[in-house]
This record gives sequence, structure tokens and C-alpha cells, in this order.
Amino acid sequence: MSPVPDPLELYRQILRIRRFEETVLNKFSSGVFFGTTHTYLGQEANAVGVLSCARPDDIVVSNHRCHGHFLAYGGEPRALFAELMGRETGVCGGRGGSQHLHWRNFYSNGVQGGTVPLATGMALAEKLRGSGAAAIVFLGDGTLGEGIVYESLNIASLWRAPILFVVENNRIAQTTPSELAVAGAIATRFEAFGISCIELDSSDVLEILPAAGRLLDEIHAEPSPRALVLHTARFGPHSKGDDTRDSIDVERLRRTRDPLVIHGARLPEEQRKAIEAEVVEQITLAFRLALGDPAPDPQSLPGATTP
Amino acid sequence: MTTVLDALNQALHAAFQADETVFLLGEDVLDPYGGAFKVTRGLSTAYPGRVLPAPISEAGITGIAAGMALRGLRPVVEIMFGDFITLIADQLVNHIAKFRWMYNDQVRVPLVIRTPMGGRRGYGPTHSQTLEKIYLGVPGLRVLAPSSIGDPGGLLSRAILEDDNPVLFIENKLLYLLPVQHPAGMEEFEATESKAELLGEGDSYAPTFTLALGGAPPAAITLVAYGYMAELARQAALRLAYEFEIFTELVIPTQLAPFEIEAVLASTRRSGRLLTIEEGTFSLGWGAEILARSVEALGSGLRAARRVAALEVPVPASGILELQALPSVEHIVQTAKKMV
Repeated sequence: MSPVPDPLELYRQILRIRRFEETVLNKFSSGVFFGTTHTYLGQEANAVGVLSCARPDDIVVSNHRCHGHFLAYGGEPRALFAELMGRETGVCGGRGGSQHLHWRNFYSNGVQGGTVPLATGMALAEKLRGSGAAAIVFLGDGTLGEGIVYESLNIASLWRAPILFVVENNRIAQTTPSELAVAGAIATRFEAFGISCIELDSSDVLEILPAAGRLLDEIHAEPSPRALVLHTARFGPHSKGDDTRDSIDVERLRRTRDPLVIHGARLPEEQRKAIEAEVVEQITLAFRLALGDPAPDPQSLPGATTP
Repeated sequence: MTTVLDALNQALHAAFQADETVFLLGEDVLDPYGGAFKVTRGLSTAYPGRVLPAPISEAGITGIAAGMALRGLRPVVEIMFGDFITLIADQLVNHIAKFRWMYNDQVRVPLVIRTPMGGRRGYGPTHSQTLEKIYLGVPGLRVLAPSSIGDPGGLLSRAILEDDNPVLFIENKLLYLLPVQHPAGMEEFEATESKAELLGEGDSYAPTFTLALGGAPPAAITLVAYGYMAELARQAALRLAYEFEIFTELVIPTQLAPFEIEAVLASTRRSGRLLTIEEGTFSLGWGAEILARSVEALGSGLRAARRVAALEVPVPASGILELQALPSVEHIVQTAKKMV
């Protein structure tokens, strides 16, 4: 059964991702983080809506844009900040960085497409072991260009894998608009393999959540794959400062598709403000604590020699 | 007589019997066909539901098996021809080999990918190659290759049942019909077995065999070969001794990566000369790495070093051309003769 959503908690989760990602983008230029990042700004309702329906043993497989999924799964902001800062206390001890996270039943990898068979195999393993758990894999519109996605859909359907494929179509892959990269329709890709699909064009967590809940209920009731296609809006750049879209268009998305505003409008201002204060304090504290966390020991690498 | 094919097939049956988390994914692996080279014969009959017949999707089934391994199963993937391991490159390099380390040792990936490799069957340029060198030196990926000398079934069995890390298991096709020879029982040779000690891992379960001609004078050359090339090197060692009075030691590793050089160095310290034999192409390969490490370790103690390898052309279909393109006993003998 789908959970009865607590509107305050949904708002808190969306806001936690928002403030986390804003902090990441704002602080990047100060040099505290290694590498690069792909923020989830604008897409928060997808992760929160879908993962609110995940059962405790369900598996979540994510991609390069994984911070929102990780936080919605229940991951600690401090451990994620520390991972981005390359600290020993990071989610993966600083070995993985922004795109390569593993905690409990959450896994992400930064290479497009290859996570889809992985999640399918995980789902099959749970079915073969009789655990009753399902897998949820997030992929973007850009990843639909990878051939291994279709190998996985074929096998997931043939072998009845208990898996939910969630496509977050933000209509742009790095800088390439989807009209240059995605032919035909997205939903029919799944339907061609006999995988039934719900398609939503929404940034409202209260629309996304019941759709995901229905599909996950079906998967848990009788192991087999389902798909959820979420047409969504990316507010930020692909990574940092690489947004080639017209700023007017992005501004319009921010005005009309903000999950925080859409869901926040349902809450009394007083409660919103209280949650805002709580989340800001939590994220600020997490960042500060991570900054003080220890660095990993370079001599711990196999074969390391003192320079 | 037990052939290598029998030994590998029996090892699979024993692994399925021993551990119900063992599964096999592959193309055309169901009975009565039982796989293109019959290594999986009988499995689907004996263990229905645990042999998963896959569509032609090498990358997909490899990724699926990786997911199964991450979630507590011990899958085995059969890639029908070794040439097709190019199709699983992203899965192997960016996913399977990375997970344990990248996720800070929080996961294990007990996965074996087996594949028949090599030429001399006239299958032509895309079904005859020796491609494992592409995957040597990928951190996190163990590459094993049995020969007919030793215990090929035992090696496969331990990879499936005991190794919690991913293994690429290379089976040269010409080994399949050779009899398994236990090193201790070989008439002309005295064998010693060593286990590579690997950085941060302890001893490998994959042995290295060193064969010395029984009762012969000290060896003048160390031959190093794996897989089917070990059999050719064994034949060459006998010809060199009986026809030319050139005495050799033959070192046969079964673990190609990560590679531990010590057994090669121990023999080369005695002989002073080193000849590597591989079925892969000559440049930038396995032999090159062994020579480089031997030079680093032995310096002027290494008096001569050569490589025998495949010519740098695609493997021809015509048997006449193929024989010339791939290393032979004659190539080994002639190269060895030039070294003393």
C-alpha cells in the first residue's frame, strides 16, 4: 500500500535537497569540493515522491545526478558533503565523490546506461532469493541513447524483474536538448517491451507520489517491471556554469515548475518558515561539520610510497 | 582420461551442487545444446531455474550478473566467444572492477565471467582472437587462465565458490580436448607449485607451476607461458632438450592479473634468460610486461630476453595463414635457439 503522505515531511525533504544543492553550487568556487557536481535543483519532487513509496528493503540505483536521490533515500547531508570534500567520513570515504555513492541499499554510478542492467540484476537477485524487495532505478532522457538500456528492458521483461524504471526527462542532456537526442516517444520505448508505464508532466510531489506508489504496489504484488516517465525541469546547469539554455526559458521554468513553491502553497506560512529554519540549520551544520572532518590517509593506498 | 572440457564442466556441476546461490547466465546454454563449446552441458537439466538462457546481450547479462553478485548471489556468465568481451568493456571496467574499492570496501562482487578464447580452428578474424590483454592491469579485476597442466576445474571452482571479487576466466579453446595433466605425474618434468603473494591481498589461490626437466643440466632459458601456449611450450622444451641440448624451465602462471612476477624471477635468476610465449599480439602485451618487470628486478642479471607472440594482423580464417600468424612450437624452438 502507498504511504499516506505527510505534507510537512514532503516539504522538508524537498527543501533539504534544495538547500543542500544550493550550498554545493555556492561553495564550489571556494575550493572546498573536489571534482565537479550535477545538482538536482528543480527535480526534487521526483526523488521525494518516488522514494516516499519505497519499502525499507527496496534497492535504489542512481546516476550522476544522485544527490537528491541519496538525500530522499535518507542519506546524511554531512556524509554527502564530506564525500564531495574527499573526507574519510564521506559516504565512500572520499573514494567515490559526487557520482559514486553507496549506503545501505543505495548505489550510484556516473557512467550512463550501465546502472540499468545492474539494477535489473539486483531486482532479479531479490526475486530469486525471495526477499520481496524491488529495485528502483533513476535514469535521465540523455541515457536513453545508450544501447544497454534496451538490452536491460528486454531482459527485465523476459525474466519478470521486480523493478521500477524512473525516467526523469528534464529535456536536456548536459547541453543537448532532447529534440536532438531522443527520437519518438519515451513511454512507448517501455511499452514496446511489454512494460507498462505511467507518464506525468508535473513538478507536484502529490501527483508523483501516488503514481509511483501504484507502480511499486503492482511490482511488489507480482514481480515484474514497470516504468514511470516524469517530465521535469532542471533549474541549474548540467554541472557548474555550463547552462547554454536561454536564461528567460530557465527563469520561466523556475516560475512555473518549482516543486517547493507548488507544494509549499499548501502549507501555512508559519509551518513553512519553521521547516525552513530547521532545514537551513541542519544543512549549515552538516557543511560545517564536514569541513572539520579528517582527510583520508594517502598512505592507505595499496602500493603507496612516500614521495 | 579427463579432458579440460570435462574438468570445467564437472567443476560447474560441483559448484551448483555445493552452493545454491550459484547461477549461470549465457547464450545458448540450455540442454540439449549445452553451450557452444559444451562447457555448460547438463547444468540446465540438473539445476532448472538456475541456468538463465539469455538473449544476445553480452553487456546486459554481464551487468545483470554484476547486480546479482552485489546482492548476495554468485553468478557465472558465459560469453560465447572471447572476441565478444569487447562488448562488456564498460561493465567490466567502469562498474564491476570498481564497485568494491569505489564504495569503500562496503560491497563484494563474487562474479565469474568465463569465455573461450583463441584461434587454430579457422573461425577467422572475429572468432579467434586472444583479447585478454585488454583487461590486464585493470585495478579490481582478476584475470585467470588455466592450462591443461594443473587443475583447471579446481581453479574454476575456487573462482566461483571462494573468490568474493570479480574474475575474468579465460579458456583457450584448444585446451578443451586436451587431457588434464597433474604436474606431479608428468614423466619428463619435476614440478613445483607456488602461490603468488599479492599486494594487500595475501596469497592468491591461483597457482603458478614451474616445470624443470628431470635429471637435466641447469636450465639455460626460462620459458613463461599460460593457457594453451603452456602446452606448446612444454612440447618445445622437450624438442629443445632432445634435439638441441638446450635445457629450459617452464613457468606456467594461472593468474595473469594482478600479476606476481616472483616465480618468473626465481627461475630466471637460475637460467639468466627469459622467453615469454603468448597467443595475443606482440606489442604492448603480457610478455612485454613480464620482460619489463624482469629487467627492473634483475638488471644485468638478465642476459637475454625475447617474446614469442602472434603476428600483428587479424587472425586469418585460412588455416595456412592462421598457423603462420599464431605462435607454434617451431617459433618457440627457433627463438630459443637464438638466445643461447
